[in-house]
Amino acid sequence: MPQHTFQLNGETVTVDVEDDVRILWVLRDVLGVTGPKYGCGINVCKACTSHLNGKAFNPCSVRVQDVGPDDEITTIEGLADTVPGDGLHPMQEAWLEHDVAQCGYCQPGQIMAAVALVRRVREEDRAITEDDLDAIRNVCRCGTYSRIRQAIRTGADLMG
Amino acid sequence: MGNSSARPPAPSGSGTGRARHLSRRSFVGYVMGGTGLVVAADLALGSAPAHALPIPSVPQVPEVYDLNDFLTHCALPTSQLIAIHVDEQGDAHFALPRMEVGQGITTSTSMLIADELDLPLDRVHVTLAPARPELLFNQLTGGSNTTISTYTPIRVAAAVARRALLEAAAIELGALVETLVVKGGTIFDSLGSSLTYGQAAALAAPPTTRQVRVSLKTAAEQKVVGTPQRRVDALDAVTGLKKYAMDLTEADVPGALPTMVCRAPDLNGTAREVRNRAAVLAMPGVTHVAVIPTGVAVRARTFGQCIDAVRALDVVWNAGSVPGRSAADIRKELRRAQLPLAVPKIGATTVEGDFVFHFRSGSALEPNCAVADVRDGGATIWGGLKSPVDAQSKVAKALGLPQRKVTVNVVQGGGSFGRKLFSDAAIEAAHASKAFGVPVKLMWHRADEPRQGRVHPMATSRVRATVLLGSVVTFEQRHTSVSTDFTHGLGERLTAEVAALPTGLANLGFSETIFLLSQELPYNFGVVTQLLNESNQDVDRFNTSSVRNIYSPDVRTANELIVDQLAARLKQDPVEFRRRHLKSRTVKRVLARAAELGEWGRPMPAGTAQGIAIHKEYKGATAVLVEIDCRPETVHRKVRDAVTGPRVTKAVVVVDCGLVVNPLGVEAQMMGGFSDGMAQALTYSNHLVDGHFLEASWDNSAYTRQWNTPFDFRCEVLESDRREPGGIGEAGVAASMAAVACAYARATGTMPTEFPINVHAPLHFEPKPFVPSVPASPVDGLDHVN
Repeated sequence: MPQHTFQLNGETVTVDVEDDVRILWVLRDVLGVTGPKYGCGINVCKACTSHLNGKAFNPCSVRVQDVGPDDEITTIEGLADTVPGDGLHPMQEAWLEHDVAQCGYCQPGQIMAAVALVRRVREEDRAITEDDLDAIRNVCRCGTYSRIRQAIRTGADLMG
Repeated sequence: MGNSSARPPAPSGSGTGRARHLSRRSFVGYVMGGTGLVVAADLALGSAPAHALPIPSVPQVPEVYDLNDFLTHCALPTSQLIAIHVDEQGDAHFALPRMEVGQGITTSTSMLIADELDLPLDRVHVTLAPARPELLFNQLTGGSNTTISTYTPIRVAAAVARRALLEAAAIELGALVETLVVKGGTIFDSLGSSLTYGQAAALAAPPTTRQVRVSLKTAAEQKVVGTPQRRVDALDAVTGLKKYAMDLTEADVPGALPTMVCRAPDLNGTAREVRNRAAVLAMPGVTHVAVIPTGVAVRARTFGQCIDAVRALDVVWNAGSVPGRSAADIRKELRRAQLPLAVPKIGATTVEGDFVFHFRSGSALEPNCAVADVRDGGATIWGGLKSPVDAQSKVAKALGLPQRKVTVNVVQGGGSFGRKLFSDAAIEAAHASKAFGVPVKLMWHRADEPRQGRVHPMATSRVRATVLLGSVVTFEQRHTSVSTDFTHGLGERLTAEVAALPTGLANLGFSETIFLLSQELPYNFGVVTQLLNESNQDVDRFNTSSVRNIYSPDVRTANELIVDQLAARLKQDPVEFRRRHLKSRTVKRVLARAAELGEWGRPMPAGTAQGIAIHKEYKGATAVLVEIDCRPETVHRKVRDAVTGPRVTKAVVVVDCGLVVNPLGVEAQMMGGFSDGMAQALTYSNHLVDGHFLEASWDNSAYTRQWNTPFDFRCEVLESDRREPGGIGEAGVAASMAAVACAYARATGTMPTEFPINVHAPLHFEPKPFVPSVPASPVDGLDHVN
């Protein structure tokens, strides 16, 4: 069986798995990294949103053969380690402050999408707009959308 | 610890019974014999017997005896014990016989225990109890009844624990119990000597079980209840550590490999034959393939390989349960089944409406799923199950095992909305594990959820009101629905408890009983009748469930639209008209506050409007005010691949839900209920065409998304006159749906009569194929990195 090597949450991992298995299942079923959730498998619900080299991506729609040894995948489990100190990532802190989660199933994906959004608007040297928030595609069936909007603004401030 | 200790003690001289409720605030509990401190209280404490209630003869049953009274009283015959264990660190542990699906009951339960026990919140650990068959109905999570039914017994158990700890400490410290004080789980005497709860717990366990009488804290003494508390599982949720059923790994259940089901193209179709079993078994990762009652199950190393295998299967299918039928056919059925209105239509005095509510999926974001290990004459299940005793019984029946050979472990769920009352995935997983002879981790593909999963039944509602001499003299409603499936334990319980019901309810079917117990038109409109009829008295054609708030969103939407019409007919302002006709002071208060907070009546541009609606259920009341923008530039705004349409720009929810345990949790449930109600008014439905539902994923099912969310959402939880808690998990849905519908009617000048309002708009998606039953996994994810 082919071997695939990539960076996962700061560590080099190598897995034996067929080339075309989507990264979501490599993470969840092979490596036991269960933070990224399955919600649709076709890149429309965004529950599995994680980061590839610091940008949001959906591992349900990327084959393991399409990432290489230098590609860095960050899941919700590794998000806190991307910032200095032993604490949480500021966006996770914002999520706690606003008590966003209800069932919590979508929230890892929501947080990863939010961090990527803040990074994106920073690169464009501008503030988050209502249109930016409207364009977030992550489904929350519990309907926590309003608190998500508040938390993203708080998290953006905390990210400095 | 926990459940095995929580057996009822042998009857003492004071009788076997129920009558442990000695006075208003004095209750009896038990300190269990053995090692370690385990205390217990009867889960039925605090509920008056059903027969003690006045028998309602007023037109509307829920005013005096509602669904929550029924659910609470159903606890009585089972009257079994719930136990709190205080460990050697002095932390409290409690296995809640209810299911956490996001509604916040692990948090509110922790708060009750922390308050009564004088222990910091983070030292109370609430888990979910496995199926306890001796609890019968009293382990069903539904009807927003958890806090209503467990508020007293949980506090009694915690008070017993505190009492036992203090008594042990008094002996050790040589002090009187009355002189001891507790701060943060440490007991101090008046001289400053102290004993931790952990130390006291080691001394507190008696050799044999004994009864203890305790008083509960008064409202003034409660320090935690009523304060805003963040969820106890929030840290796990935001770090990815919170475990749902599909997050159980090899270490939890060795050998439970991913399993999916290939399903028929027709709703409820079944597999006749697999033509290429050997070829599919030879696919990468695939270990097992077998026909089960609901399709063809495949097991593989990864879910991705299950998806590939499901797509490759060549199956001969039997027809489904509604072959060739479409929504229009069901609508005709409903029309035929509608009960007649009593009052004739009389020219200009009649105000009426005829409404249609389409099917919509009850799916949560976590798909149906369960882990099953069926081997050696026994079965163990892990799943997010709100009715675990029913699951245990149904799994046993499916496998031909005695119920005691089935263990059901309850795992926190990723949402429910009515779906997790049923154990569909657990039963499927049991079938698959039995067929394969190995453990399985079974999950539905998302495409299966709207197409084959449980839905809110399609319904029609006919309303006719009569106005004479400036007054509303009659208000009739005939609600006609595809049958709602209540066979998840509640139905069985209704049969068992039917003799306990107030006169006149005993002869109704399950659905009519639920309808009658939950629906109340809280207005003085003269002669009021609200009746339900179901078009088909079977639950096998459609997979339905009592989706969040059951009948109320539809019934209330029809009501409130007509209320606005009545106000217009009488040339009165909608808020003023409601205020004048509402019976209940509680409802009047929430209405007045919502109108005030939402600046009712403020000038709005053409094409935009406010709408307001009220609802009374779950021992409380809600009022919702919204502002909607129906101007073309808004309706046709572009967000990529999005269903936009009218935008609710602002929402105000005011709720009186009785005693509030956690206001932050109440606000969360109102926010969620609003998202749900708005979706049902504007965008969210299942299209039944030619024997199957077209929707197959979140790109098809237009549930509320960020682009539909109001810019301004506010919720206010009123201080209540009631000292008992109400229900909150569903309370926000009905008035939200109704308020959005009313605002839409006022903004467009046309009363909508079909819901969601976009149901007849051109489909915003190309329906996915029905064979294979699931879509291919995309490979272009790297093109969408941002």
